[in-house]
Amino acid sequence: MLQKGIIRSILEHDKGGKILITLLLVAAVIVPVLNLLLPETSPFHLSAYNVTLWGKYLCYGLLALAVDLVWGYLGILSLGHGAFFALGGYVMGMHLMREIGSRGVYGHPLLPDFMVFLNWGELPWFWYGFDNFFFTFFMIFVVPGILAFIFGWFAFRSRVTGVYLSIITQAMTYALMLAFFRNEMGFGGNNGLTDFKDILGFSLQEDTTRSALFALSAIALIVGYLICRYITQSRAGRVATAIRDAESRVRFLGYRVEHFKLFIFVVSACLAGLAGALYVPQVGIINPSEFSPINSIEIVVWVAIGGRGTLYGAVLGAILVNYFKTWLTTAAPEIWLYFLGAIFVGVTLYFPKGLVGLLHKMKKNQKVNIAKGEAKP
Amino acid sequence: MKKSLRRISLTGALAASLALPQLSMAADTIKVGILHSLSGTMAISETTLKDTVLMLIEEQNKKGGVLGKKLEPVVVDPASDWPLFAVKARELIEKEKVSVVFGNWTSVSRKSVLPVFEELNSLLFYPVQYEGEESSKNVFYTGAAPNQQAVPAVDYLMNEIGVKRWVLAGTDYVYPRTTNKILEAYLKAKGVAESDIMINYTPFGHSDWQSIVADIKKFGSAGKKTAVVSTINGDANVPFYKELGNQGISAEDIPVVAFSVGEEELSGLDTKPLVGHLAAWNYFMSVDSETNEEFIDAWKTFIKNDKRVTNDPMEAHYIGFNMWVNAVEKAGTTDTDAVADAIIGITAPNLSGGYSAMMPNHHITKPVLIGEIQEDGQFEIVWQTSGLVAGDAWSDYLPGSKDIISDWRAPLSCGNYNVKTHKCSGQNYE
Amino acid sequence: MCRTIFSLLVGLLIFSTAAHADELDTLLQELHSKSFSIKANVVDKLGELDDPQVINILQHMLEGELYYTKKDNVTVFAIKEKSLYSLFNARTQEPMGQVKKREIKKISVNNSLRRQLRATIANLSLFNKDPQKRLQAAEELLKNFDPEQEENIRKALEKETNSDVRDVLQSIKATIDLNSNEKSTRLAAIEYLGESLSQETINQLNGLMAKDSNGEFLEKDKEIRQAAEKAIARIESKRVWYGQVENLFFGISLGSVLLLAAIGLAITFGVMGVINMAHGEMMMLGAYTTYVIQQAFPGLLEVSLIIAIPAAFIIAGLFGIAIERTVIRHLYGRPLETLLATFGISLILQQLVRSVFSPLNRAVSTPEWMSGSWQINDALSITYSRVYIVIFSLLVLAGLMLFMKRTFFGLQMRAVTQNRPMASSMGINTGWVDAMTFGLGSGIAGIAGVALSQLTNVGPNLGQAYIVDSFMVVVFGGVGNLWGTLVGAMSLGIINKFMEPFTGSVLAKILVLIFIILFIQKRPRGLFALKGRSVED
Repeated sequence: MLQKGIIRSILEHDKGGKILITLLLVAAVIVPVLNLLLPETSPFHLSAYNVTLWGKYLCYGLLALAVDLVWGYLGILSLGHGAFFALGGYVMGMHLMREIGSRGVYGHPLLPDFMVFLNWGELPWFWYGFDNFFFTFFMIFVVPGILAFIFGWFAFRSRVTGVYLSIITQAMTYALMLAFFRNEMGFGGNNGLTDFKDILGFSLQEDTTRSALFALSAIALIVGYLICRYITQSRAGRVATAIRDAESRVRFLGYRVEHFKLFIFVVSACLAGLAGALYVPQVGIINPSEFSPINSIEIVVWVAIGGRGTLYGAVLGAILVNYFKTWLTTAAPEIWLYFLGAIFVGVTLYFPKGLVGLLHKMKKNQKVNIAKGEAKP
Repeated sequence: MKKSLRRISLTGALAASLALPQLSMAADTIKVGILHSLSGTMAISETTLKDTVLMLIEEQNKKGGVLGKKLEPVVVDPASDWPLFAVKARELIEKEKVSVVFGNWTSVSRKSVLPVFEELNSLLFYPVQYEGEESSKNVFYTGAAPNQQAVPAVDYLMNEIGVKRWVLAGTDYVYPRTTNKILEAYLKAKGVAESDIMINYTPFGHSDWQSIVADIKKFGSAGKKTAVVSTINGDANVPFYKELGNQGISAEDIPVVAFSVGEEELSGLDTKPLVGHLAAWNYFMSVDSETNEEFIDAWKTFIKNDKRVTNDPMEAHYIGFNMWVNAVEKAGTTDTDAVADAIIGITAPNLSGGYSAMMPNHHITKPVLIGEIQEDGQFEIVWQTSGLVAGDAWSDYLPGSKDIISDWRAPLSCGNYNVKTHKCSGQNYE
Repeated sequence: MCRTIFSLLVGLLIFSTAAHADELDTLLQELHSKSFSIKANVVDKLGELDDPQVINILQHMLEGELYYTKKDNVTVFAIKEKSLYSLFNARTQEPMGQVKKREIKKISVNNSLRRQLRATIANLSLFNKDPQKRLQAAEELLKNFDPEQEENIRKALEKETNSDVRDVLQSIKATIDLNSNEKSTRLAAIEYLGESLSQETINQLNGLMAKDSNGEFLEKDKEIRQAAEKAIARIESKRVWYGQVENLFFGISLGSVLLLAAIGLAITFGVMGVINMAHGEMMMLGAYTTYVIQQAFPGLLEVSLIIAIPAAFIIAGLFGIAIERTVIRHLYGRPLETLLATFGISLILQQLVRSVFSPLNRAVSTPEWMSGSWQINDALSITYSRVYIVIFSLLVLAGLMLFMKRTFFGLQMRAVTQNRPMASSMGINTGWVDAMTFGLGSGIAGIAGVALSQLTNVGPNLGQAYIVDSFMVVVFGGVGNLWGTLVGAMSLGIINKFMEPFTGSVLAKILVLIFIILFIQKRPRGLFALKGRSVED
């Protein structure tokens, strides 16, 4: 009862959020139903293809949410959030690799295939513990969180801001990409981690597992949304917005700006890590190209298209852009980049507040029209 | 209440619209999926293969199709994005209901789609030379395994050129790593000393080769005949060869034998400084045979460009496609299991004038050719194996895979059978 | 069997000068063989023939212009002219008209044959009239000489007047002298070789230090061994020093590439504040312009790059102006959104070249004057293309600085970027200046593309490969400061190259990135930070 009260208070005056959460709750129930209970012949049957695809979109949605939290509310344009996402993914990937056990290609009881392949004698120390799911679950937040903490602690204390901050976040993810590409790192090099078999004993190829992962992604997105919403509505959130708009003034008022920044940055990194961890079992692979700077830029583009500074807008943007991408790469494989590029340019030019801004505008116009209509006799 | 009802029906409609395309299935054609990147970093290599399959389908349809049905290509763009490969593979099989897929270039993309093909039990023909160490029930490897490319090339250098010192240079990913490991073991078995082998790895798209080429030059001036065995991938090759040329390393001093440089790559290069460097493939455009000339003519007509070249992975698709057609006609159906059974032992013409056969380990037999680069961007064939070489999925030179064999015929039906422990491991699906 | 009889026959013929002409004919006939070992044999014999035509024939063979007609097996020189081949009889040089490719067959050569041909030609041209030719020949022989040719070299040395050629011949002689019977000659030879710098000499001297399987020195004379050891140490210490010089040059050259890639961005991003993700694609356009120019004027290959520079500037510049007028103009004051729009533009441009030029890489040729390397001495050589690119990048930077400081437009440009409303009220057409500035930055990126076409792939991904590095350089150097860009690019290049020998290229790059991240902590506004109020926003 109390919880409900909290949620209600978080979602106060947030119509978009309410709609989003309702939709997600409905999807979390109805998608597994359509996939599992309906026979394949039924026109309403939802194929496994669609379940994993939409599960993937939801993970992207959570990632976009994380970016929007730091960009939209704190004014930090992170061009390196893909790194936190990928780290979360790698943590999950390591767990799934350990789950394989001796069922690998070479049948080694402890080492993943790629290590046998490269003649590694024993498991590197940083691979220990990941056979335990709870440890893994913990690390999904800890690994990206620690990186964000160290990075942010240095950067915010030194008052690196604006474009400089954006570029060094890019340098961070670029350096990580190069590092993970190295086979000596012990993370499978370019191929990354793949050929997963099951999670917590449930086969990843089962429809039930897929539906469960989808539902989990939806729930994670809801929880993530509530956390972000809570933070932005709280006192800290208001300080954050103030930092975004006039950092020096906030500092002069006596706030420790870097603490607020660091806190929100770390929370955001943890959310991105969670998104990555849910993403990996659904797509079945994690490899260093997730760290590529272009990927991180794309995430920012989703947020911008959905509407920066509106949490549900970020989610909407991520889902829509990726849906378009999936659709266009089949419908117009030779020329889809023209469309995608044109959408990016068009939205920035004509809808600076993103799709959410557009919706608001339409609504306002409607109201004005109604008002006008009523004014007429 | 009314409001939420509307919302639910909206969700339902959304779901329905997603599910609808499945209903529109054409029954009078056989769908063939093409899964090659048309954008992103791999578009350079893969676009040509998409066109090759389109051409093969067109030609087959002119001959009346397969089993009296026309073939219908379904092209998608996985955009050089490895997770997207898996999504697109699922889309092709589940949504588009294709009977077979021709696709992939990089090993990582193949690893990414592999579980999808195994789960949904569909067929993939993979046309590129690769590191081996894999044999899936659902994948047919028509490119070269290491023993069909790397090992013969080293034999040639050792026996015909008298090379004593070896530089193994590669891009840092699994294919060069494995190939170099196999080669290192092979060279040591042949009595080459550790100090006469230099191994170097560079990242993808490496563009500044000054120091590495200078190192190679130093390594090669120790008085023994030196050669570079290059598993450098794609984009990094152009700056590498340019630097070699500029630092005055000619093929006569230190020949470079490459496994990823073919006619297509050379067409994007100024070949003058490269004359005499080597490549090992199973096919060269300059092969003197009737079928090859026909194929080249057909390709030039199809692509409407007289200057386009043909290369080894195209030949692999040519062989693989014809094998699939023959297997389908033999099985009388496009059903995956029937075709997979029928295709073992099937032969199809290769472009060097002979016939290639599908082996029980899902690899094929091929001749191995060594060519020297000529000024016109073609290869002069300087050596070739006397017969066909059968692809070996599990290398005999790696400790982990020495004891593993692959045979997809009954009763073994296993891609990963350990002859010592008599166990079939790593199999996911029945 | 046939072959032995034949070579016996040939052997007999050598002694009869009357049969000379016929012998050349028979040898040429034998060259038509497919076997490389037979051909190698023939080339040996050709080298022993005292016939002035032999050099010419071997030269054509080396260049792959020696063919024979399929119909009647006449050995010919075939010179390609468009789709046809002009034939000349190899013996008589008489023109034989033009034929199609399929009527003739090439006498192919492989690497070992090529090496043999070079050596043979070198041997034959040691007595050429042209000192340049003699020098080439001597250098060729130094690389792979045959001890049997000692007599020949001695003779050449006696006759030689040109000092450069003498030097090389002396080295060859010294190498031969190492195995002389006279101890004093040997010591003198070691002394002489100790002045050299080449790795080959070290190898030769190392031969004197070799041990047999029992650990005994093969060379019994201790004095000789000590002399050799000293000589090796002397050469090696010099080589280490030159190695550092070489590494420094590598660093500068990598820095100059980074500089070229970053200068354009220093304008569009540094001066105008547009986070220009399409910058890489502007370079790509420049590289493609070079390609198109080489295709359009195949006869002008040597000057194609010179033509390409202004052409690429104009084309990329026009694209830049178009982008500014249609998109960026609407986004001033919203710098982060320029990132999104230009990212979209970069996708479109990449796909555009894929559609127009195909996704394959395009071949851009290197003109003669840019290929090869400048051999300063045996231990140090610098490739010409790199030298030109270093000079070129500095010229571009200097030109740009002069333009900004000394021209009226440069003044307007600085005025607009420093204080837009003020500039506007002074009557400057700010819109026009913006468009021109963005065009300038894009044009310079286009010029950089011309240079990059000489180093790397010309393909749709060219821009992507450099964009991240370009941003790093500009930010490291300090946004809005061209000196910063110069110093930033050069220091990153040199740091990278000096780390590479210890860490390998990947780790070196990672460490450089970490270095940038840490450096920005120390100096949050880059190396050369702009000062003043306008910065604090």
